[in-house]
Amino acid sequence: MTDTSLAAPRTAARRFPGPGLALGLLLPLGLALIWEAAVAAGLNNGRLFPPPSVIAGTLWALWQTGALADHALATLGRVGAGFGLGVAAGTVAGALTGYSLLASRLLDPSLQALRAIPSIAWVPLFILWFGIFEASKIALIAVGVFFPVYLGLMAAIRSVDRKIVEVGRIYRLSGPEMVWRILLPAVLPAYVTSLRSGLGLGWMFVVAAEFMGASEGLGYLLVDGQQLGKPAQIVAAIIAFAILGKITDSLLAWASTPFLRWEDGFANHR
Amino acid sequence: MLALDNIGKTYPNGVHALDGIELRVDLGEIVAVLGGSGCGKSTLLRLIAGLDRPDPGRVTLDGTDMNGPHEKIGVVFQEPRLLPWLSVAQNVGFGLRGKRLAERRRLIEDALQRVGLADKADVWPRELSGGQAQRVSIARALVTRPEVLLLDEPFSALDAFTRIDLQDHLLHVWAQTHPRPTLIVVTHDIDEAIVLADRIVIMRPHPGRVQAEIAVDLDRPRDRAAHAFEELRRQVMAVLDQSLIHRLD
Repeated sequence: MTDTSLAAPRTAARRFPGPGLALGLLLPLGLALIWEAAVAAGLNNGRLFPPPSVIAGTLWALWQTGALADHALATLGRVGAGFGLGVAAGTVAGALTGYSLLASRLLDPSLQALRAIPSIAWVPLFILWFGIFEASKIALIAVGVFFPVYLGLMAAIRSVDRKIVEVGRIYRLSGPEMVWRILLPAVLPAYVTSLRSGLGLGWMFVVAAEFMGASEGLGYLLVDGQQLGKPAQIVAAIIAFAILGKITDSLLAWASTPFLRWEDGFANHR
Repeated sequence: MLALDNIGKTYPNGVHALDGIELRVDLGEIVAVLGGSGCGKSTLLRLIAGLDRPDPGRVTLDGTDMNGPHEKIGVVFQEPRLLPWLSVAQNVGFGLRGKRLAERRRLIEDALQRVGLADKADVWPRELSGGQAQRVSIARALVTRPEVLLLDEPFSALDAFTRIDLQDHLLHVWAQTHPRPTLIVVTHDIDEAIVLADRIVIMRPHPGRVQAEIAVDLDRPRDRAAHAFEELRRQVMAVLDQSLIHRLD
């Protein structure tokens, strides 16, 4: 007889990328090598699209002076603050409108109307309200993050299976117990997905925010590279954006996996 | 004793689902509620479970009015309805409250053993077959020791072999439980009703009413191929035909 534990079932350890990674790297590395060779052979002067070696040199120079870290941290701080605010507001609003029909009737029409406005259109107003410095930038990012989180959570709560909620009713769960033991675990997968799309939009909007006048940040590097005609610096900043975006998204996905191992989806059966 | 007094139900959309249902069920008795689709038999079960309110009428258990779900009444649904984010053992223990951890473990272990799934305690529900999942849901309903266990077409989604296996299994678990709980099984399967029940309540639709009650005086375990079984099947079939004639009138 096995000792009946109340712990979660064991699931295979997280898998690390194996040969699949090498295969995925083939295309970008191959293209980079071809371009490098083409510039080295004089087929193109590489001035507008610098070869990988020049970009790597630029990245290295920016790293050595500490400028890259400073800019990246400034951008990361803005995304972090905006994401935090957007997630907090989106979660509260999504939970309210998903759970309560009254709140939904009261809030959802207004929020849907606001959602129809392209977020960048807020920029002039935010600058008037919050000034040209950090506050207006963070507000813009927060607006971008808010909507996917709000919509995702509201839809997830509304679509929780009535049959499973009835199991909770049979065992006479109180309101908070129902939220904690049934609704929260049931919406978690969709919530994580909405957080990830929110984070993606956060990175998108930080670029827009830093375009509107910043003295530091990766978006500033982009604008600076354009104005001074330094394409290598632009590509270097783009690469830094890509790496940071990927790392933060992976962190979010990684942090959520322990809670989602039960999912009976395609991903858990490969 | 579970008592239904003059139970009716009309939904807000005007559907008249049940009318004038009277039923008395003694502790430890097994009653099958048999009828075609749309005769209100699942509605009746939901009223007893406290998931819906009767209108008019009342449900009492040992003289106490049942207003909503009650700890003395357990439910096994047509689908297992296990919570996918909990292990099998955690699912079984879902309704256990106010007990120390060691006590809960013992009760869960005991319940899983009674349905023959002690080795599945630590797996996810997704790893179970349909029959195993339904056994876990029976364990979950029994672990809180209800006086009345309601089963809503519990085996109708399973294949014929698994269904017969689980019918025998349910009777075994019932016989092993002390004191024996009352079972009310809603079904549209005549054989299932005859195998399980001490008494078969046959319903007819529009609105749902009790057409007839038939006592099943066969010794247990019941042989599905026996002559007496066949005879009873014919009798039940005749009453069901009658209920259909009523509908065509």
